[in-house]
Amino acid sequence: MASTVTLAKPLALHWQQPGPRLFATIKGLLFLLCLLPLAQLLWHALLGHAVNPIEDLTRGLGTWTLRFLLITLCVSPLRALGAPGWLLRLRRMLGLYAFFYACLHLLTYLWLDQFFDWGAIVRDIVKRPFITVGMLAFLLLLPLAITSTDGWIRRLKRNWGKLHRLVYVIAPLGVLHYLWLVKRDLQSPLIYAAILAVLLLWRLWRYLRPTLAARVK
Amino acid sequence: MFPREITAMLIKTLTDRLSAADITPQEVYLNRRQFMAGSAGLLLPVSAIAALPAAKSPLSTSEKPNSRDDITGYNNYYEFGTGKDEPALYAQRLKTRPWTVTVDGEVTRARTFDIDSLLKMKLQERIYRLRCVEGWSMVIPWIGFPLADLLKQVQPTSRARYVAFETALRPGEMPGVARRVLDWPYREGLRIDEAMHPLTILAVGLYGEVLPKQNGAPVRLVVPWKYGFKSIKSISRIHLLEKQPPTSWNMAAPNEYGFYSNVNPAVDHPRWSQATERRIGEFFKRKTLPFNGYGEQVAGLYRGMDLRRNF
Repeated sequence: MASTVTLAKPLALHWQQPGPRLFATIKGLLFLLCLLPLAQLLWHALLGHAVNPIEDLTRGLGTWTLRFLLITLCVSPLRALGAPGWLLRLRRMLGLYAFFYACLHLLTYLWLDQFFDWGAIVRDIVKRPFITVGMLAFLLLLPLAITSTDGWIRRLKRNWGKLHRLVYVIAPLGVLHYLWLVKRDLQSPLIYAAILAVLLLWRLWRYLRPTLAARVK
Repeated sequence: MFPREITAMLIKTLTDRLSAADITPQEVYLNRRQFMAGSAGLLLPVSAIAALPAAKSPLSTSEKPNSRDDITGYNNYYEFGTGKDEPALYAQRLKTRPWTVTVDGEVTRARTFDIDSLLKMKLQERIYRLRCVEGWSMVIPWIGFPLADLLKQVQPTSRARYVAFETALRPGEMPGVARRVLDWPYREGLRIDEAMHPLTILAVGLYGEVLPKQNGAPVRLVVPWKYGFKSIKSISRIHLLEKQPPTSWNMAAPNEYGFYSNVNPAVDHPRWSQATERRIGEFFKRKTLPFNGYGEQVAGLYRGMDLRRNF
């Protein structure tokens, strides 16, 4: 009889509150999943008979930076829509992947596009708005990546949350960087802009809701 | 529809992989292509692959041409989509026969040329550098004839100061024109002296064969000292006129693309530098040359002009 009592938890409970081992597995799988785009981009550039592999790599890394920023911004709305709480514990990794892809994207520009010609790079940053905003977005990502550790979260207390709201500036700069780079066909950057707009407007609405409700009363 | 396209893609990939024109003697390679085309024909109609005999030209560069795969797999031809790989996928729908090119306007003998009569012109191979405004370049072995040879036949009047070109507009065959990315049909223009210059050709072939559709079949302009977008594809009309004609990219963004659009490393695109370029297939970037390296032949056309203002 006792054996029926010790039966495994129902599946729904596993989903809501996974044990430490299951959570570690989920986290490990997500870690590997986030590396797949990089593997695909490198495979395509090095072995895929691409005509202009360097441009494909640079563009691909930029696209994935934007995608990871948007994915990170999806966590809170998903949580509000009823997704389990442990999703929040994966957000840091998603954000750090955005930073990781941003670093590689910047590296392809500095190395494969400019070949570390620092004079030309500085002129580029000053003169070309799309590079200016791209570089600005990267610089703003830096403090977020640095303060992503448990130690910094403890030290900064409430200010940590305030600091990390910088992502609401970084993501639009990233979309603008893409929009200003495109020659004529704005369809793709506008899709990113629309998704970002939904994610940011949802936050604005949630932020203003209490004030608005109070006024109605 | 869908499986047919996939089959066509597979066959195209297979034939292109097998062609390797730069390492196989051309005769062997042509026979093999004909064989491939023949066996492909059992599955679906493939446009005839015809060899085009052409004389060598002293105006060709001695630089090594890019591979056929590079030239036919990386194209800007917005009528078939804005992705570089889309023209190769979708341009095969374009019906290039029958095809005519009407030449009219300020001429004494306006005429409509059939594509077969253009293929019978004295053809030459012209190996030219092509520099795209986006910052990449290739070396391409075109086959064609000087545009001047055609224009002389229609006898331009003394008022013919410019030449306007128009790409065919076929919404049923060109999926890209459903979106107004540009103001269709695609239009380009040259000054009459640029059009009559010996370097300016109408190309009907590439790598010893008729022009692939994604490269602007059946007949396109090639002006090697200007950015690639000036070299209009799949021409259906040539119109000579007194005033400077409107041109597609200039209409779309006049501050970014001028009427002349001569390759010029000293005049940047407002959003990116034009000082260097990446030759497709190379790791390091090259310095871009004034007039794409054809300055000796064409700089005289612009004597006394401020090329910063007339970009």
